[in-house]
Amino acid sequence: MRKVAVVGVGMSKFGELWDKSLRDLVIEAGLNAIKDANLEGSEIQALYGGTMASGRLLGQEHVSALIVDAMGLNPIPATRMEGACASGGLAFRNAYFSVASGMYDTVVVGGVEKMTDASTAEAVTALGGAGDQEWELLQGATFPALYALMANKHMKEYGTTEEMLASVSVKNHANAVHNKYAQFRRAITIDDVLNSKMVADPLKVLDCSPITDGASAVVIMELEKAKKSGLNYVEVVASAQASDTLALHDRSLTEIKATKIAGDQAYKQAGITPKDISMAEVHDCFTIAEIMAIEGLGFFDKGKGGQASLDGETQLDGKIPINTSGGLKACGHPVGATGVKQIVEATWQLRGQAEGRQIQDAEYALTHNVGGSGATAVVHILKRGKN
Amino acid sequence: MKVGILGYGMDIPRYRIKAGEIARVWGEEEDRIVKGLGLSEKSVPGLDEDAATLAVQAARRAVKHANISGKLVNSIYVGSESHPYAVKPTATIVAESIGATPDLYIADHEFACKAGTASMINSYALIKAGEIDYGMGIGTDTSQGRPGDALEYSAGAGAAAFLMSNKDFIAEIKGIYSYATDTPDFWRREHAIYPSHGGRFTGVPGYFKHVAGGVAGMMKKMGTEPKDYDYAVFHQPNGKFPKQMAKQLGFTTEQINPGLVTPFIGNTYSAASMIGLGATLDIAKPGDKILMASFGSGAGSDAFHIEVTENIENNRNEYTFERITKNKKYLDYANYAKHRKKLIM
Repeated sequence: MRKVAVVGVGMSKFGELWDKSLRDLVIEAGLNAIKDANLEGSEIQALYGGTMASGRLLGQEHVSALIVDAMGLNPIPATRMEGACASGGLAFRNAYFSVASGMYDTVVVGGVEKMTDASTAEAVTALGGAGDQEWELLQGATFPALYALMANKHMKEYGTTEEMLASVSVKNHANAVHNKYAQFRRAITIDDVLNSKMVADPLKVLDCSPITDGASAVVIMELEKAKKSGLNYVEVVASAQASDTLALHDRSLTEIKATKIAGDQAYKQAGITPKDISMAEVHDCFTIAEIMAIEGLGFFDKGKGGQASLDGETQLDGKIPINTSGGLKACGHPVGATGVKQIVEATWQLRGQAEGRQIQDAEYALTHNVGGSGATAVVHILKRGKN
Repeated sequence: MKVGILGYGMDIPRYRIKAGEIARVWGEEEDRIVKGLGLSEKSVPGLDEDAATLAVQAARRAVKHANISGKLVNSIYVGSESHPYAVKPTATIVAESIGATPDLYIADHEFACKAGTASMINSYALIKAGEIDYGMGIGTDTSQGRPGDALEYSAGAGAAAFLMSNKDFIAEIKGIYSYATDTPDFWRREHAIYPSHGGRFTGVPGYFKHVAGGVAGMMKKMGTEPKDYDYAVFHQPNGKFPKQMAKQLGFTTEQINPGLVTPFIGNTYSAASMIGLGATLDIAKPGDKILMASFGSGAGSDAFHIEVTENIENNRNEYTFERITKNKKYLDYANYAKHRKKLIM
């Protein structure tokens, strides 16, 4: 296996982008990434794209062909990856394999979702496809309901409170204020969250990530080539993925086991421990998801994630800054773009380009992307480059 | 040719339902609804009221205020999205009721909530062209909101009629401007009982873009800016949007408050900005400058630059907004459902 580096990153603005199509979004993010890498389109050898629900939301399948065409990269091979909300993470991981294996030297990864052309009801139904249609969705469960079950159980077992859940959202909004690409660049308070409209008890609307339009892209390259080319690179030092049962009822409600398995494998690959991580972008589709993620990834003991969040340990100046981009909650969650956006944010942090939310001397950054209620988890660790 | 408003009339049903009563039925929190929409109650038509009866009453009041014979009215256009007939005009019913038939230009209009101001522009244009001396534009609606939908809290009922002339007017219409694109933010298909809407898409790409476009175009045409106006009236689908629009465009609360009527009567659709203009004229003084911009989904905005004349001092409207909204009767949801014919056996 060859070593792989990220040499260019870019994204579109995330938000309710009424006047931008799926095509507009991928072009914007893709060109930003290629420009950031200081490469020509002709140097890209393959494309991997992540999208979850374009067929359901827009009637558009075959998105990889759309992306490669829109970016003017024909005739290079283009492949779409789908793993629900982890589609972006899977696209990055498979692109990584294609370079690590020696098949290609330079590959672009794109993630995109155009969600606001559909009604909220249609979007919620489409996202429901990430769960077990037969055992969960047809029985009336929605994603907020599934995560609410986890939140209730976590509260009962570990004494996690609604204030602790709310503190996750407050922190992510505070971070997003410093991210010009974020959907919600406004600070909120614990009371704002607690007083927001109930979605699925105990999750209020401000505990939930929004419906978002957006795209993100990264260019990866074989490490030695990146070094020789003098590019501003960060190294991919771990790529891990794990699966669990599709339906929630077959597993623990207070943890996402696939997160722990993928996380442990990633630390082993990188030869480091959670203590070495400078910042992490984790999958906070709901506030409880971030609490379970920071426990599963070993930053805090099981059951302590809520208190740690309330105590500010995950803030920009905390013990382990989490979701400096604003996370899914405040930066936005264009489903297929999210996993790739996490790589973009981690790269900016390691290159010292995260502006008002920069973590000092970031050495290792971790990204954590989850599909569904935890059936798929993808973890990557990136390391600051030497030049 | 100068054209202005000779008389105006408004009509609002006496029935009301509180937002809290609707919220109670649907398990919503009253405070959140009231704060979110900026309105606490809406008007509800009586059992025998519809867009035609409301238009008739408004037209009669306009003729009375203008103090002319209805026979002199040579054009009547009625804008509504709740015309009682799909085919057969509302305007002819109004024309007969004020004795204006048969010598007149007449038709119904539909452009969601801006059909009323489009009707004003039609009559304004005929007078401006020298074809007629007196013409009327009416906006009237008994608007529909699907039970449980956000629209149900705001969809009200009301009408406003503006009778225009080329002399003796109480306020001169010094300029008009219209702005439109094809933007499907809100619609009702044929045979559908209730309209559909694009949720949040009705906001920024619908209402805000088009009202801002109408206002900007009007001010550019007149060489004015917000501070040049004493009052501004914007379409008001709820109590919140017109305030946000004013802030965004640089108008003050004082400028829009007299014409902000939706918090008291709900959204009267085609009549909304016109009733707002009527309520503003109720208190306006000679020399006051008023900017009005309607909004119709689909989508567009008609803007008017209006200057109040000396004549208003000697000819105040008897049926002010304050007077016609004083006598209220509150309905519970069951009676409201009966009034709105929501019960289907």
